[in-house]
Amino acid sequence: MPSLDPVTLSRILTGLTLFVHIVFASIGVGVPMMIALAEWRGIRKKDPHYTLLARRWARGFVISVAVGVVTGTSIGLQLSLLWPTFMRVAGQAIALPLFMETFAFFIEAIFLGIYLYTWERFKRPMLHLLLLIPVVIGSSASAFFITTLNAFMNTPQGFTLKNGVFADFHPLVAMFNPATPTKVSHVLASSYTLSAGLLAGIAAFSLLRGRKDAYFKKALKLTVTASFVFAVSTAIIGDFSGKFLAHYQPEKLAAAEWHFETMRKAPLIFGGVLGENGEVKYALELPYALSILAGGTPNTNVIGLNEFPVDERPPLLIHYMFDLKVTIGVLLVLIPFLYLLRRWLPGKSKGIPKWLLLGIVALGPLAMTAIELGWMFAEFGRQPWIVRGYMKVSEAATTSQSVGPMLILFVILYLVLCVSCIVVLAKLFRNKNVDDEMRELGIPGGERK
Amino acid sequence: MSYEIVGITVLWTFLFGYLIVASIDFGAGFFSYYSVLTGHENKVHDIIQRYLSPVWEVTNVFLIFFVVGLVGFFPDSAYYYGTALLVPGSLATVLLALRGAYYAYNTYGSSEVNNRIYMAIYGATGLLIPAALSTVLAISEGGIIQEQGGKVILNWLGFFSNPYTWSVILLALVSVLYISAMFLAFYAGKAGDKGAFEVLRGYALLWSGPTILACVFAFFQIDRQNPEHFGNMLDIAWMFIASLICFLLAVYFIWKKHHLGWSFILVILQFGFAWYGYGQSHLPYILYKQVSIYESFTNETMAIALITAFVAGLVVLIPSLILIMRLFLFDAKYVRGDSPKKG
Ligand code: HDD
Ligand code: HEM
Ligand code: HEM
Repeated sequence: MPSLDPVTLSRILTGLTLFVHIVFASIGVGVPMMIALAEWRGIRKKDPHYTLLARRWARGFVISVAVGVVTGTSIGLQLSLLWPTFMRVAGQAIALPLFMETFAFFIEAIFLGIYLYTWERFKRPMLHLLLLIPVVIGSSASAFFITTLNAFMNTPQGFTLKNGVFADFHPLVAMFNPATPTKVSHVLASSYTLSAGLLAGIAAFSLLRGRKDAYFKKALKLTVTASFVFAVSTAIIGDFSGKFLAHYQPEKLAAAEWHFETMRKAPLIFGGVLGENGEVKYALELPYALSILAGGTPNTNVIGLNEFPVDERPPLLIHYMFDLKVTIGVLLVLIPFLYLLRRWLPGKSKGIPKWLLLGIVALGPLAMTAIELGWMFAEFGRQPWIVRGYMKVSEAATTSQSVGPMLILFVILYLVLCVSCIVVLAKLFRNKNVDDEMRELGIPGGERK
Repeated sequence: MSYEIVGITVLWTFLFGYLIVASIDFGAGFFSYYSVLTGHENKVHDIIQRYLSPVWEVTNVFLIFFVVGLVGFFPDSAYYYGTALLVPGSLATVLLALRGAYYAYNTYGSSEVNNRIYMAIYGATGLLIPAALSTVLAISEGGIIQEQGGKVILNWLGFFSNPYTWSVILLALVSVLYISAMFLAFYAGKAGDKGAFEVLRGYALLWSGPTILACVFAFFQIDRQNPEHFGNMLDIAWMFIASLICFLLAVYFIWKKHHLGWSFILVILQFGFAWYGYGQSHLPYILYKQVSIYESFTNETMAIALITAFVAGLVVLIPSLILIMRLFLFDAKYVRGDSPKKG
């Protein structure tokens, strides 16, 4: 068992905070996009169902935003509290995106506040929708900025190291490092996938409970179609991420694939267990697949883990995280695809089959798992480095002896926040059900438009 | 002006922004709860909710902006404060988190109007957070963070047995209540809500005396704690005198019940003079004798990049702030509560 020194405890606390934050952050990035989509359709088709959809989503969204904001505040302060040395040194190169992120938060916070309180204040509904655009841009921009920081930790550049002194800084070069394009786009796409999936799950759940209003069918169609588009993009960008790793962070890819010897025509190993002497057992082996993932052709040379010094190899555990995530990635494409083919599925006379609705309910939780696994893969895979090639995690942490009690404090805090968030959300939707609200707003319910 | 001065001025200004907007929020939490306890609830609660609901998230960003900016412009401060403040910083974070989440739950989620538990959490954190945050200012006077053998440690015993520490905490608490009551009285006056106005005006007058006493007490405690800083403050004594004059006028207007808008502007000026006077005399140290703005500054390219980003950011931020203020602060219909509320 590893000893619980300040470094280990700081890692656990950082990982925990990000683990919680990323759920709400991804929802914060993706849901405004979905709300905008629904409100826009509502205005264009003059269909109040879509407008109601946007309105109900927005109401739940505020609750999750609140938790996103407070956990984000935690991680923002913890970066300085737990990693003072990292911030002191890396801050010189990468403070810029962090600083710009706060402006993105400002814009998002301001316009979300306005949006929520102005549903009936404008004569032209389009003006109200326009208020959402800064929210969408603000939250996506904050994801962009923070992810460039994480990209920098993986492929640092934009400074020089001379005799132990960092000098010659170029903030923009540091921001637009080789990891930025794939990382940012994969993070954005996966957030949209998660949000579309979660909202699709809500609609499918209502249909499963026997609700037949057109409202739910429209909601389902919109969200599942969006899920499909976003999931396909996420998977394609994921493939690019693999190629990026092969080129710039080969040790991460090699550890993820249990690929020890450098070679061409490398097979991809799926699952399995490692034997005593490092041999792979019970795995599914796809010939050439790793070379194709790494470079697009079977002949690509893939660097193996044996090229790296033992103390600079990432943990081999990340293999399972990667495999599981890719499996989920395939499911996230497949389930919405089956829905799109629903007219040709057997048993269509009774509408959408029950098993498919259950699958759609699972989209949200699946995407959430994929995101958590993806991050753990990305972060464990960077070990032992905090800034790859320049600073090790062990050199960056606080020396304070009080991290342990703080860890316990935050575990309690996050439990309280998550449980109360779920309770409040559940209550919110139970108290105000769709039928009542449609009647209140004078929207014809039930019949299909 | 040197980049260092530009940087610290920007940060100090945003911290001032936080001081004002967060004080309104913190104090409002306390008054909300207090009004429930004393049965004035239905008089003031609406006013407080109507103002706070659209802006609570914005308040939080002011604080994040300051922290992130401080680390960006002065990376060494992350090292010293970051290591030393792990415990108080974490406690403040937890309180902020509870406060933010429960506010949102109560406003957007809960169906029964004033859930007592939410209100109690909101009220209590409204006082605990400013107390926790104000200790940072006390620490910045020096002598409390020590570096021994490459380790940064904090002398807690010495810190809490020091009357200066308590003078700062006391000042923070009464100022929060004073600023908040002055603002809410102005807001209620604008809404034409007589009942709420009378109650809030009472609070404002009640807290004005303690505020000025706590100011004077803290002022002279600085002399004991850090005579060098105190000397610098005397050099710009006019700022503190101006602050006092603003205070007297503000209270006079509230007393006479006219020029309420001016009265609140004078409150801002009162704290503004004191804030910048304190800040200017504190320089060049961010942490006395350990972190100075000149030695701990980031590299020049980063400084230029940050300042450029800041200017570009303001171009977007200022119109947005004006928009939200026009919609929720200066729109008579909204303030009165005639226009429809949340969706
Ligand atoms: C809905 C979520 C989701 C889905 C379906 C996928 N990913 Fe992913 N993946 C993420 C969510 C994610 C993430 C959470 O967003 C990560 C973590 C770090 C990052 O940049 O994105 C990530 C990282 C990540 C990385 C590491 C990048 C790095 O460390 O720089 C690779 C190589 C892939 N992914 C590859 C894939 C492939 C080949 C997929 C094919 C199905 C896939 N991902 C689906
Ligand atoms: C939001 C999605 C993210 C998640 C879910 C996440 C997850 C994690 C996890 C699980 C760890 C522990 C890894 C380990 O100890 O081996 C970790 C470490 C860490 N992450 Fe991330 N991370 C995310 C993004 C970021 C970003 C954007 C930054 C940069 C600001 C960052 C900075 C760190 C730091 C400083 C550590 C501690 C050092 C380390 O263990 O490598 N993380 N993160
Ligand atoms: C890639 C991973 C991350 C994404 C996509 C992300 C995105 C977001 C979003 C969208 C919000 C606003 C929540 C909302 O209003 O809906 C948020 C809040 C926040 N995030 Fe993250 N974040 C990530 C990781 C981090 C990390 C590593 C940090 C630490 C520097 C951080 C710092 C913050 C802060 C300080 C807030 C609160 C801002 C406020 O007070 O309004 N985030 N984040």
